[in-house]
Amino acid sequence: MSNMIKNAINREIPKYIEGIGELKAFGGAFAYNPEGKKAATKIPKTFTGKNKIIENIKTSLELCGIKNGMTISFHHHFRNGDYLVNMVVEEIDKMGIRDITLAASSLQSIHAPLIDYIKKGVITGIQTSGIRGKLGEVVSREKILDKPIIIRSHGGRPRAIESGETKIDIAFIAAPAADAYGNVNGVEGPTACGAMGYAMTDAEYADKVVVVTDYLVPYPACPISITQTLVDYVVVVDEIGNPKGIVSDATRITKNPMELLIAQKASEAIITSGLIREGFSFQAGSGGASLGVAHFLRQKMRQEGITGSFAAGGITGYLVDMLEEGLFKSLLDVQCFDLKAIESIKNNPNHMEMSASFYANPHNKGCVANQLDIMVLSATEIDLDFNVNVITGSNGIVMGASGGHSDTAAGSKLSIVVAPLLRGRLPIVVDEATNVITPGETIDAVITERGIAVNPKRKDLLDLFKDAKLGVMSIYDLKEIAEKLVGKPRKIETTDEIVGLIEYRDGTIIDTIRRAK
Amino acid sequence: MEITTIGRAGTLESNDVMITVDFTKDDGLIIEIESIVAAQFEEQIRAAIHEVLEDMRISKGHIQVVDKGALDFAIKARLKTAIKRAEGGNQS
Amino acid sequence: MKKLRRTMLFVPANNPNMIMNAPVFKPDCIIFDLEDAISLKEKDSARDLLVEALKTFEYCNCEIFARVNPLYTPFGKDDVRELVKAGLRNVRLPMSETDEDIKNLDVLLTEIEKDLGIDRGTVKILGAIETAKGVINAEKIAVASSRMLGISFGAEDFTRTIGSERSREGEELFVARCKIVLAAAAAGIDAIDTVYADIEDEEGFEREAQSARKLGFAGKSVIHPRQIGVVHSIFTPSKEEVYRALRVISAIQEAEAKGLGVIALDGKMIDGPIVDKAERIVTLAKGAGLL
Repeated sequence: MSNMIKNAINREIPKYIEGIGELKAFGGAFAYNPEGKKAATKIPKTFTGKNKIIENIKTSLELCGIKNGMTISFHHHFRNGDYLVNMVVEEIDKMGIRDITLAASSLQSIHAPLIDYIKKGVITGIQTSGIRGKLGEVVSREKILDKPIIIRSHGGRPRAIESGETKIDIAFIAAPAADAYGNVNGVEGPTACGAMGYAMTDAEYADKVVVVTDYLVPYPACPISITQTLVDYVVVVDEIGNPKGIVSDATRITKNPMELLIAQKASEAIITSGLIREGFSFQAGSGGASLGVAHFLRQKMRQEGITGSFAAGGITGYLVDMLEEGLFKSLLDVQCFDLKAIESIKNNPNHMEMSASFYANPHNKGCVANQLDIMVLSATEIDLDFNVNVITGSNGIVMGASGGHSDTAAGSKLSIVVAPLLRGRLPIVVDEATNVITPGETIDAVITERGIAVNPKRKDLLDLFKDAKLGVMSIYDLKEIAEKLVGKPRKIETTDEIVGLIEYRDGTIIDTIRRAK
Repeated sequence: MEITTIGRAGTLESNDVMITVDFTKDDGLIIEIESIVAAQFEEQIRAAIHEVLEDMRISKGHIQVVDKGALDFAIKARLKTAIKRAEGGNQS
Repeated sequence: MKKLRRTMLFVPANNPNMIMNAPVFKPDCIIFDLEDAISLKEKDSARDLLVEALKTFEYCNCEIFARVNPLYTPFGKDDVRELVKAGLRNVRLPMSETDEDIKNLDVLLTEIEKDLGIDRGTVKILGAIETAKGVINAEKIAVASSRMLGISFGAEDFTRTIGSERSREGEELFVARCKIVLAAAAAGIDAIDTVYADIEDEEGFEREAQSARKLGFAGKSVIHPRQIGVVHSIFTPSKEEVYRALRVISAIQEAEAKGLGVIALDGKMIDGPIVDKAERIVTLAKGAGLL
C-alpha cells in the first residue's frame, strides 16, 4: 500500500507501475510545471524517389522495421467506420510480432477484434482517449492487459507525444485521399472525413509515417492536411473505412423535449453570465443538449445582432450554418461530424483545420481551448465537488471518452455541464463519481432539468444566476432531488486491480480505473 | 379463487419494467430480476416486489422481472397489474 | 388566489417516463390520460400505474387532472374510484354532452367521497365538450354541479360530429369556441381551449393560442412539452398591462381604506369589471413570474 498516494482530488494513485514507470499525482488543474525539452525525430536520409507507394501494409511494416515492443499510432477521424486499426494489427500478428503498444486517439466498437490480439499478446499496451463497445467492457471486466490502459484527453495526447512520453515508432494515417508522394487530404474520396486534426501531431513526431488510402489522387493532393515532408510510405488498399460509420448526412437539433429544456436553461444561464457579446467564442460537446444550446444562442445572436469570433472543436453542420449566416467569423475544426462540415472545410477559408495540439495541448505556447469564452460539456456523473466522469458508466465499465472535456473546461471562461439529472434510474449527481476525467475546480456550473448548481468558487456567477431567478440550488440539493425520486444507488463494487490510468491533460494522474466485478 | 394462469404487464421502454407472473408453477415463490441497474438498485427492486406480494397476499409463483430502470412506483404498478391479469385468467 | 390554468399538458397514463418527468416542463396543469391515449388492452395497467404515481409523487407546482374513460364504458367508474382513492382531486370527463353526464359523475363522486371519509365536493370536475350536442348544452353543463371548475373544448371529435375537417384557419371551430367561453364565463368557471395536434406546425399553433386568449379562454390543452412555452408567453400580460393593473388595484385599495365608493384613475371611472380584469392580469403576471 505504500505505493499509493492520494492526489489533489483525493483519489488513490500508485506511485509506480511496472511497464509504465513513475507516475505523477494530479496536484491541481494548473499546478504542474513541465521541465525538459520536447522530443525530436530522427533526421531522414535524402529521399530521391518520385513516389512512395509500396505494395501493402505488411511491406510497410517491414520497411519501417517493426519489431517487438514498438508503439504504433492511429487517429479516429473514421470513428466507427475505421478499418485500418484492425487491418494493421492483423498483419502485425501474422508477422509474429508481439508486445505492441497501441497509441490511438480513440477506439470504437468496430475495434472489438483487438480483444483477441490482446489475449494473444500482440498488443500489450493501449493509450487512447476512450473506448466504446465490447473492447471497453472486456478491458474493464477482465484483466486482459498486464499494463493498465492510459486514458488521455485530446490535448493530453499531443502533449505526451511532443514531450516524448509517448514515443511513436510508426504512425499510420488513414487518408481519405492521398497522392503518391504522401500528401494527405481529408475532404475527398469515399471516406472523406474533413479535418485531420488528431493525426497531425503523430505525423510530426513519429519515427516512421505510413499513409494508407483507398483514393489515390494526382500530385499534389490539395488541399493538403498532412504534408509529404513527414511521410515515409504510401499504401493503397481497396477500402480503408465504411463511410456510413464515419459521418452522418447532417446533425440535427434534438427533438427530445428533455434535452431541449436543458439546452434552453443552459442558454439562459449563459446569457445571464454576460458572455454573449460581440466577438465571443463558443464550443459545445457532442450530445443532444449541447447542440441544442447552440440553437438557442443562435436566436439570441440574431435578435441582438451579435457576431461571435469563433466556434471550435468537433464541427457540425449546425455550426456551419451559423458561420454561413455570419453569426461566427470562423470555425476552428479538429474533427468534422457530418457531410455539411466536410463540404464547408473544403470550400470555406474561414472554416479552419487545427491539429489536436493547436486545439488543446496545455504545454504548447497557447492552445485554442484557452481562447474559449463558453464551453458546454456533457457528463455521465458529477460529484459533489463538481468532478466529472465521462469515461466509465456507473457500472465501472469504460464506455465513453475523455475527449476535449478537461482541456476545454480548464481553458474556457465559463464551463457548464448540461445533463439530465436522471438517466433511466441513475442520478448523474452522485456522492462519489465512478471515475474523474475533469476536476471540479474547472467546472463552473451544472444545468439539469430540475435545477442548476453553481460551483461555490464562482460566487460572481452564483449571484448573477440568483438575481435572474434561474432556479439555482446547491449541488447537494440536486443530489437529494434525484435520490428522492429514484432511491439511493448502491455504490458499485470494484476490485483493487488497476485496469486504467486516467491522465489529466498535463500528464499527472487524476484517477485510476479499477477492474469492475 | 384458484389462481392458475400467467399474467404479464409493462414494457421494455426506458424507465419501465416488464413483469411476468406465472401461477401455474407450484414450487414456492421464485423471483428473478434482470435489470440494467441491478448493480445499484437490485435490493430496492426486490423490496418493492415483496411489498406488493405481501399486500396482495401472494406467497407462491414465479415472478420474472425485466427492468429498464423503472422507479419503484412503476415496478409496484406493473406487478399489481400482472397479478390481477393472472388472477383474472387473462393470458395476455 | 385563483389558480392559473394556461396550459393543460396531456400525458399518457401508461408512460412511466413521462409521468415522472412531466412536471419539469412546468405546465400549469397535467392531465394524465386514461382515455384516447390508452388502448383497450392497457386500460387496467395505465390505471394501476397512475394510482401508484399519485400515491408516490408530490406534484407541487402543477394541478393534476385525470382524463378518465367515459362512465358508460366498462372502465370509467373504476377509473374514478381508484384514482380518487389514490389522491386525485380533479377529474376531466370526456364526451360531456348533457348536464346528466356531469350529474352522474357528481353522484358517483359523492358516493366515493362518503366511502373514503373525505369532504363532499372535494373532487372537482372539468367537463370536456367534444360534440355538437355538447356545445349546444354548454350552458347547462357549466352549471350542472357545484364541482365544476371549468369546461374544455375538444375540436377533433367536434369536427367529426359536425361533418367538417379541422383547418388551419379554424373557422369551423369559431362558434363552438365562443359558445364555450360564454357558457364558462356566465358560470364563473374556466374555459380551456382544444389541443392542436400538429406539433410540427408551430406557426399554426401560435395563431390558435393567440385567438384562444382573445376569445377569452383561460388556457389551452397541449399535447407536447414544446407547446407550453408558446402558450405561457401568449397568456402572459405585457409590462404595460401589469403596471396599469397594479395601479388600479392600489387605487381601489386606497379608496376602500378611505371608505370611498366609486373612484377614478386618470380620469376614468374604476368599477367592478375593471377591478376584476386587473386582478386577473396580476394573477397571470404572478404565475408568469413577473411579480
